[in-house]
Amino acid sequence: MAGGLGPVHVVALLASATLVDRITFGIGATIVILGAIGVVVARNPVHAALMLVMTLFGVAVLFVEEGANFLAAVQVIVYAGAIVVLFLFVIMFLGVDREENLAEDPLPLQRPLAAGLVLLGLAGLLVLAIGAHWSTGAPSVAGPAQGQPGGDVAALGRSVFTTYLFPFEITAGLLVIAVVGAVVLARRPRQEAAEENGDEGGGGDGGEIAGPGADGGVESTESVARSVAGTVTAAHGRAEAEEEVGP
Amino acid sequence: MSIPGEWYLALGAVLFSIGALGLLVRRNVLVMFMCIELMLNAANLTFVTFARMLNDIGGQALVFFVLVVAAAEVVVGLGIVVAIFRRRRGTTADDLHLLKG
Repeated sequence: MAGGLGPVHVVALLASATLVDRITFGIGATIVILGAIGVVVARNPVHAALMLVMTLFGVAVLFVEEGANFLAAVQVIVYAGAIVVLFLFVIMFLGVDREENLAEDPLPLQRPLAAGLVLLGLAGLLVLAIGAHWSTGAPSVAGPAQGQPGGDVAALGRSVFTTYLFPFEITAGLLVIAVVGAVVLARRPRQEAAEENGDEGGGGDGGEIAGPGADGGVESTESVARSVAGTVTAAHGRAEAEEEVGP
Repeated sequence: MSIPGEWYLALGAVLFSIGALGLLVRRNVLVMFMCIELMLNAANLTFVTFARMLNDIGGQALVFFVLVVAAAEVVVGLGIVVAIFRRRRGTTADDLHLLKG
């Protein structure tokens, strides 16, 4: 494979692949693209999350096709099994799983500009990916990927625990920092929570949602009662408006 | 012989572009996060493709680290979304213009 590959040459190379490989790639690529488009155009965030799962499975199929079996398994377990579930958990927790109107466009020029910019970048990337011969580096610097005893799992394990041992240790620190950061972000400061409780006792801001940890049972009962009252008031107002419009 | 790597690179470019487009046009912060995941997956696909083209396990090891960073990023990002949602009801990026110049 010398440099200067053209699109014709790439298509000819595709024809030299076996039928099973071509079918697998076709199915995987279709799943990936359809899922990605679904994430962008879905009006409901829950549907977007499910479309994201579809894309992640498609990428896992392509990983298997490329011989990265361990990464395919990790992709399904970590991405589809943990990250998307975290997304869905937050969507359900915040209660934002309602349809949003995508037809309205607050900034008139935003979508054409974004489409133009992305198309420009895509054209550049495609020209580079298909036209240029990119993989010119020295092969197997960190160790060969194929034809190893134990397959890609053993090769990846050897690489991570020898060549990339220090980065691997640093990721442990990164994960600890992320967990601590999430805890710090998610819990309210004690003083602030107390102040808010005092405010709410005097009929303060009603938009506060009841946190699971810091609030007492009485306060959350209060806020539930207030939200129910707000819903009833809103429904009443709507009924009145309909009555006015109706006859 | 298997599929040439250029096809995977092109697919990665398309996937990245769709993710970037979604990040630019969507206003829901959660959907914007999902689009970032799409872009990370495109980069992962490219890494694995180069690992195969060069017969080098380093590309796969990098995907491993990208996975860890993606997990950490989602945890912190969703924590920020929850913290913001406490203050103002809604996950629309347009509402968060407090730092606007």
